[in-house]
Amino acid sequence: MSERINILKTYKIYIGGSFPRTESGRFYNPMNAKKESLGNICLSSRKDFRNAVVAARKAFGDWSDRTAFNRSQILYRMAEVLEGRREQFIAELMQQDSSRKDAEKEVNLSIDRLVYFAGWCDKYQQIFSSVNPVASSHFNFSALEPTGVVAIVANKDSSLLGLVSYMAPIIAGGNSCVILASENKPLCSISFAEVLNASDLPGGVVNILTGKKSELLSQIGSHMDVNAVCYTDGIKDELIQLKEASIDNLKRIKSYMYDLTTVEVENPYIINDFQEVKTTWHPIEVIGAAKASY
Amino acid sequence: MSKKKIETEKMNWEYAAAPESASHIQLKEKYDHFINGKFEKPSSGKYFDSINPATAKKIAAVAEGNSKDVDKAVKAARKAYDNVWSVMPASERAKYLFRIARLIQEKAREFAVIESLDGGKPIRESRDIDIPLAAAHFFYYAGWADKLDYAFPNRKPKSIGVAGQIIPWNFPLLMAAWKIAPALACGNTVVLKPAETTSLTAMKLAELIQESGLPDGVVNIVTGDGKVGAEIVSHDGIDKIAFTGSTDVGKLIQKTIAKTDKKVTLELGGKAANIVFEDAPLDQAVEGIVNGIYFNQGHVCCAGSRLFVQESIKDILIKKLQDRIETLIVGDPMDKNTDVGAINSKSQWETIQGYIELGKKEGLEIFQSSCKMPKDGYFIKPTLFTKVAQSSRLAKEEIFGPVLAVQTFRTVDEVIEKANNTPYGLSAGVWTDKGSKIFNLTSRLRAGIVWANTYNQFDPTSPFGGYKESGFGREGGLHGLSAYLKFD
Amino acid sequence: MKNSIQIPDFSRSPKVDQVGIIERASRFQTRSIKNESKIQALEMVLNMIDLTTLEGKDTIEKVNQMCYKAQHLHDDYPGLPTVAAVCVYSAMVATAKAAVKGSGVKVASVSTAFPSGQTPFSTKADDTKFALDQGADEIDMVISRGKYHQGEYNFVFDEIAKIKELCGNQARLKVILETGEIGTLDDVRRASDIAIYAGADFIKTSTGKIGSAASIPVTLTMLYAIKDYYLKTGTMIGMKPAGGISTSKLAIHYLVMVKEILGNAWLTNKWFRFGASSLANDVLLQLEKQRTGGYQSKDYISID
Repeated sequence: MSERINILKTYKIYIGGSFPRTESGRFYNPMNAKKESLGNICLSSRKDFRNAVVAARKAFGDWSDRTAFNRSQILYRMAEVLEGRREQFIAELMQQDSSRKDAEKEVNLSIDRLVYFAGWCDKYQQIFSSVNPVASSHFNFSALEPTGVVAIVANKDSSLLGLVSYMAPIIAGGNSCVILASENKPLCSISFAEVLNASDLPGGVVNILTGKKSELLSQIGSHMDVNAVCYTDGIKDELIQLKEASIDNLKRIKSYMYDLTTVEVENPYIINDFQEVKTTWHPIEVIGAAKASY
Repeated sequence: MSKKKIETEKMNWEYAAAPESASHIQLKEKYDHFINGKFEKPSSGKYFDSINPATAKKIAAVAEGNSKDVDKAVKAARKAYDNVWSVMPASERAKYLFRIARLIQEKAREFAVIESLDGGKPIRESRDIDIPLAAAHFFYYAGWADKLDYAFPNRKPKSIGVAGQIIPWNFPLLMAAWKIAPALACGNTVVLKPAETTSLTAMKLAELIQESGLPDGVVNIVTGDGKVGAEIVSHDGIDKIAFTGSTDVGKLIQKTIAKTDKKVTLELGGKAANIVFEDAPLDQAVEGIVNGIYFNQGHVCCAGSRLFVQESIKDILIKKLQDRIETLIVGDPMDKNTDVGAINSKSQWETIQGYIELGKKEGLEIFQSSCKMPKDGYFIKPTLFTKVAQSSRLAKEEIFGPVLAVQTFRTVDEVIEKANNTPYGLSAGVWTDKGSKIFNLTSRLRAGIVWANTYNQFDPTSPFGGYKESGFGREGGLHGLSAYLKFD
Repeated sequence: MKNSIQIPDFSRSPKVDQVGIIERASRFQTRSIKNESKIQALEMVLNMIDLTTLEGKDTIEKVNQMCYKAQHLHDDYPGLPTVAAVCVYSAMVATAKAAVKGSGVKVASVSTAFPSGQTPFSTKADDTKFALDQGADEIDMVISRGKYHQGEYNFVFDEIAKIKELCGNQARLKVILETGEIGTLDDVRRASDIAIYAGADFIKTSTGKIGSAASIPVTLTMLYAIKDYYLKTGTMIGMKPAGGISTSKLAIHYLVMVKEILGNAWLTNKWFRFGASSLANDVLLQLEKQRTGGYQSKDYISID
C-alpha cells in the first residue's frame, strides 16, 4: 500500500493582500532545534520592503477612515478565523520547537489578544482624548490620529504571539503596517497572513515579510515613508541601528520588552504610542443676553 | 470768537510715540550661570554680549558656558533630584510652582520690558502674551504635581531624573516656562540652556527662583551657544532631553543620543498651511493671516507661512490683506503701538533677507508695507509673495520671518493635498463658515494643531506639538505630562 | 438709489466671526494715544459729535440751550471747534435750525416713527417730509426691525430707498439699524448691507432708546460693510455709533478703529459722527487736563 504523499506548503510573503514570492527570487532555510529545515522561506529584499510600504501607504487612508466599530469587528473576525485554524498553528509552532502545551497556550493567547484589542478599537479615543479648558472663548479638544505606516520588527522568539501582540494595537489604532516576521520562526507569520486574508481586513493594512533583520533593519530605519517603528527584540545594537537610520524623517521608534505571556502587554498605551495628538481650536460665539443659567 | 476750522478733506492723524518706560527694570551688567541655587562665574572666565536687536547695542554680558559648567550643573541637578526633589511630597512641589507663577505675575512688567529689549518683540506681545502665558503655565502644571495618577490610569507614573532642556530665542521666558513647569511638576530637576541671543529673562527667572526658595539645584541654568547645548545633550547624567528649535538641530540631537536610553521630546520647525475658503468670514480671516505670519516678526514655528486662498476670492482677499498690512506699525519694540518689532538677530535678518531676494529672483510678485522703517537695528517690512508655486523654495522652507507665500486653490481635495505636501506637520489653519467642511479639513490635515477660524492661539491646557518632521511629544495640557514621566 | 450697482442677495451677506471681531476690537483698545495725537484726536471727537436730545420732555428752551452749547463748547479754551450737528425730533427742527444759524452746525432730525418704526409707511413718509420742510439737513431714520426678523429684506430695503428719495439733495440720510434688536453680528452685517445698498449716506448703530447701544465690535462689523462697499464701488459711506460712548478714551479708540479699517479719509465729520450727549464734556475735561497738566473737575464745564 503506497503512503499518501503530503502536500508541502510553499511559504510566500504577504503584500497588499496578495501572496507573492520575493521579487529577488532568494530564499533561506531556517532550521528548528532538531536541525530540520522549516522550508524554503522567502528572503525578502529591500525592494520587497519598499513594495510593502507602498501597499501600506495606499491602504492607510481607507483603514484610518473606517469607523472604529468596523475596525473592531474586523479584529474580532481575525480571532474567529484563528480559532478555527488552531490545529494548523499548533502544528507549526511544534515544528518550530514548541511543546504541544506551549503551542496551545501561545495560540490561545494570540486569539485572546486579538479579542482584547478588538474591544479597544472604539474606546481608546475616549481614554486619551481631552477637551481642554482654555482661557479664551474657544472650543479646544485634543484627539488621536494614527501615526501612519508602522514597521513592526516582530519578536524573534515568538512566532505567532509576538506578531499578534503588537500588530493588534497598531492596526486597532488605524495604522497600516509592514511586519518583518521572526527570522528563525517564520512559519506562523505567513499562515497568519492567511487568517488576515480571510478576515475582511483590506489588503495592504498588514503586510508580512520574511527574511533577515541584518539585511532589512537599516532599510526599515531609513525609509522616508515609514512613520514609526515597533521593535521588540531588546537587542541594544539593533535598536541603535534603527534609531540612527531613522533620523532623517524623525520616525517614532518604540521599543517594548513586555512578557508576552502575561497580561501586562494588554494595555491601550501601546495603541496610544502609535497615535499623534491633534489639537483643534474653534471660536465659541458669545451672545451676551443668552446665558446658560436655566 | 472764531471757531477753529477742522480740515475736512485731508485729515492726517498719526500716533505719537508711546514708549514703555524701562526705568523700573533692574539689569546687571553681567550674568553668571545659575547652578545649585547660586550664581556662578563661568569656568572659562568668558562672557558674551547680549544685543538689543532694535538698536544693535549691547545690553548686558552673559556667561559663556563650557563642559565644566554643564557638568557642575548636571551634578547639582542630580543631587537635588536624589536628595530633595524626588522625595518631596508632590503637594509640596506644587506649592513651589504656584509660588513661582505668582512671582512672575508680580514682576510681569519687568519681565515684559526685558523680553522686548533683549529679543526685539513688541512690548504689546511680551506684555499681553509671553509673560502672562509663562505665569499661567507654571500655575497650570503646579496643580498637576500631586494628581499625576489620575492622568495615567493603571500606570504608576514616576519621575525620570535630570532633564536637559534647550530652548529657542523666539519666546524666551515662555519656552523656559513650557519646559521647566511640567518637568518640575513631574518631580524632575532640570538643566536649562536659553538661546544665546535671549538669555536675560531666563537669568531674571533664575533670580526669581532664588527668591521663591526653591531648593538649590532643582533648576540650573547654563548660558552659551550651541556648543553648550551639545554638552548637555551628550552628558551622561542627563536622563531626558527636551528641545525646541530647528529641525536640523533636532536631528543632530537624535543622532547624538541614539546610543543612549535618554528620552527625548522635540518641538521643531513648521511650514503651516493657512487655508481660506470663499465662504469664510473674510475680515477675520485677514486678521488670522496677519496674526499667523506677522506675530512675533514671524519667528514662530507654527506660523501660517503658506496661505492658500480659494481662487474665487483671491483678488478681494489679497486687497484686504494688503490694506491690513499697511496699518501694521513696524518699529521700536518698546513702543506700545508697535505691531512688528525687530528681527531677533543680525544673522536671522540676513537669512530672511536672503529669502526675500530669492523670491524676487524666482520672479514672484512681492508686496511690502510702505511703512516707515527705523534707521538702526534689524527690521524687515511685513512681506507677502503672490503667484507662488508649490515647488518654490519660499513655499517649502521655513523662513522664520515675516514673509508670507500665497498660493491659490480650486477644490477641497487639491488644498488638502497641497497642505499636507510637506515634511513638516506642526500646525494648520482653516477658514470657512461651514461646520462640516471644518471637520473634514481638520481631520485630514496632518498637523498637531489645527486652528479653525482662528490662528496662533496658545494656552497651557492645550497640547502643542507636531507630526512628522515637526517633532514628537506634546507640550501643554495633560498630554504634556508624559514627556517627563516614566511608567512601570 | 445707486442704479448702476448690482444689488446683492442679502440672505448671503458675508459671514462674521464674533470672537474674531472681539479680538480685533480689543487690539484697538491697546493703542496708546499720547500727547499731540491725543489733543488732535480730542478736537476731532468734539467736531464729530451729534449733540442729541430726544426726549418726550424736550422744550424749545432746552433745545436752544443745547444749540448754544453746540457752538460754544467751552469758551475758556480758545480755538475749539463746534460739534458736527444737533440731533432732535422733527418738532424741534425749526427751533434748532434758527438757533444754529450761520455756525455751520447741521440739524439732524430723527424720523420714520423713531424709535420703533412701527407705523405704516405713509406715516413715516409724512414724518420725514415734515422734518425736511422744517429745514433738516440730515434725516436719522430707523429700519423696520420686525420686518427684518420676518426675513422681509426687500421691504426693509424699499423703505430706506423711498426715504432716500424724499431726502433728495436737501438732506443726508442716516439709517439706524438698532443693532441691539437686530441680533448677532451676522445680522448687523446684513442690515448694514441692506441700508448701504438702499441708499444710506450714513449707517448708525442705535436709537439710544434701548439698553444695548453702540459697541466697538458692532461698529467694527459695520465699518467692514462700509469698507467692502467702498472696495466694490469707490463710494464712501459714513458711520455713526450712537449711545454708550461717554468717555474720551473710548471715543479715541473709535477713531483708532476708523483710521485702521477705513483710513484717515473717514476721519472728518462728513464721514464719521458720534451720537452722544455727555461725551463732549468728558472730552473737554481731558483737553483741559492736556492744556493745564492737572486733572479737572466737572464743576468747571457746563452741563446742558
